[in-house]
Amino acid sequence: MKKFIGNSLALAGLIIITIVLLAAVLAPFIAPYDPNFIDIESILIAPSYNHIMGTDGLGRDVFSRMLYGAQISLLVGFVAVGISTGIGIILGSIAGFYRGWVDSFIMRIVDVVLSIPSFFLILAVIAFLTPSIWNIMIVIGLTSWMGVTRLVRAEFLSLRGREYVMASEAMGSSDIKIILLHLLPNSMTPIIVSSVLGIASAVLVESGLSFLGLGVQAPTASWGNILTDGKEYIQFAWWLSLFPGLAILLTVLGYNLLGEGLRDILDPKNK
Amino acid sequence: MITYLIKRILWMFPMLIGISLISFFIMHLAPGDVTSTEASFNPKASEESRQKLREIYNLDKPVIVQYGLWIKRISQLDFGNSFASHQRPVLWQSKDKNGNITKGLIQEALPITLLINLLGITVIFSISIILGTLSAVKQNSWVDKSITLFVFIGFAIPGFWLALLLMYWTGVSNQWLPISGLHSLNYQNLSLFGQFTDLMKHLFLPVFVSSLSGLAGISLYVRNGMLEILNQDFITTARAKGLNEKKIVFVHALKNAILPLITIIGLSIPGLIGGSVISESIFAIPGMGKLFYDSVLMRDFPVIMGILTIGSVLTLIGNLIADLGYAWADPRIRKGITK
Repeated sequence: MKKFIGNSLALAGLIIITIVLLAAVLAPFIAPYDPNFIDIESILIAPSYNHIMGTDGLGRDVFSRMLYGAQISLLVGFVAVGISTGIGIILGSIAGFYRGWVDSFIMRIVDVVLSIPSFFLILAVIAFLTPSIWNIMIVIGLTSWMGVTRLVRAEFLSLRGREYVMASEAMGSSDIKIILLHLLPNSMTPIIVSSVLGIASAVLVESGLSFLGLGVQAPTASWGNILTDGKEYIQFAWWLSLFPGLAILLTVLGYNLLGEGLRDILDPKNK
Repeated sequence: MITYLIKRILWMFPMLIGISLISFFIMHLAPGDVTSTEASFNPKASEESRQKLREIYNLDKPVIVQYGLWIKRISQLDFGNSFASHQRPVLWQSKDKNGNITKGLIQEALPITLLINLLGITVIFSISIILGTLSAVKQNSWVDKSITLFVFIGFAIPGFWLALLLMYWTGVSNQWLPISGLHSLNYQNLSLFGQFTDLMKHLFLPVFVSSLSGLAGISLYVRNGMLEILNQDFITTARAKGLNEKKIVFVHALKNAILPLITIIGLSIPGLIGGSVISESIFAIPGMGKLFYDSVLMRDFPVIMGILTIGSVLTLIGNLIADLGYAWADPRIRKGITK
């Protein structure tokens, strides 16, 4: 029963993510208008047949901007998590495999970085660099590797004493080979789950930054900065606030559902 | 217990140095400095006067020297003066020659953020225990399912969007609640009770928005903890003894489920402080988050460094309190049976 619920959660998440993915990939083909085309004649038009999500304060078509915004949110999620998972795997492997002072050193760095309020850290770095989508992805990645590091280290510590690892060691396999061949593949489940959940939080952080004006810069459309416009016009144009917010909510929900579902499915204890 | 306490407190110092190093170097590796921002406000500023500004603030010295000077001052609790807002002291008030007191930026902002976060933690703690327990006791019922749905949505909803919608709904279209700032215009003329209600009305939305995701997470945590505990032998024993089910759940099980929450709440402090940037900027609340956001836009080094440091110190203190609270609340640790 539990397994079934897990699967249906994962399925729901997968469907949402697939829709977002399709929207992003097909944006150039299905967007009815150029997302940056300014049309002074049609400012703040409510959702209608011609503009299914209405237009914004510059007369741009919100639906087209939403589609292109999906590209940004996907890109940020995947690249940022790629960076953080990469760093986490490397540091976590070193700490968990070699133990001793290297381990203590790495884990103390993790403690230190974890105790700096992460949004402050991100904001500070972003404000000093020029805000661009690449900088945002890098900064989010560089400030969110601590969880994966702890996770990989813990997995390695528990796997290290297993017979097959010791056997491989006794046969003279190199450290790299043991890590890549035995330890990492057996730690994949928690890494995958935490990456999927990490994408969700990266999407939230990006939209928050863009909303504050420190993220993706105009005229490039991002769900966060469409909302910033929405804030200006909230009394006259509800559609400008509603759609991007819903899109963020559903996307993050999708990744969270997928992550939790995968945790249940991949956990051998549930079989 | 005492040695543990001392160890724990001593450990904070190397942590602090690590924190200051990381924040200081990140800040200085980035291109651009305060002189370029100020210059952009004043296009007439010559290269010469910019150079002078750099010298006054030691910006012309190598980064490592700047760090040394900064650490030296900070060990005397001197966080310097703001670059941007009229040279106000960053941390604590100062007196000038004429005896006029200028309040410190953090001195004014910190109590507000602390108040919001303490209220937030109280809300999170009390509501999530109720929701989590309900959910666990009625596992797989519609109550459980709707609480789980709430948890997932609470996790996924962008705080700033929720803030925006609530602001519009309760403030603009219905005018139930004030939508920005801390006090009404007539605050000074209100009675003490009136002032209190006024403040609470202003804080209601910010506290709600900033605690929602924590609320969701911790409800889920309590639920899972309760489910695990309700399956343990001592609960079965209690049931076999014929103990009242309510007593089993609310006394025996809950006590064990709440214990780890102390640690979790300690760990969530940096998230809460960081989250204050968004909620305070939206609701125009002059706390640490808004101060930080404004300083970041102005590239006001001393204020940014001050807030990063104070924010991290708060986190460390929060973790310390959580650890001690845990040690105190768990009789196994308190009596020294386990570490």
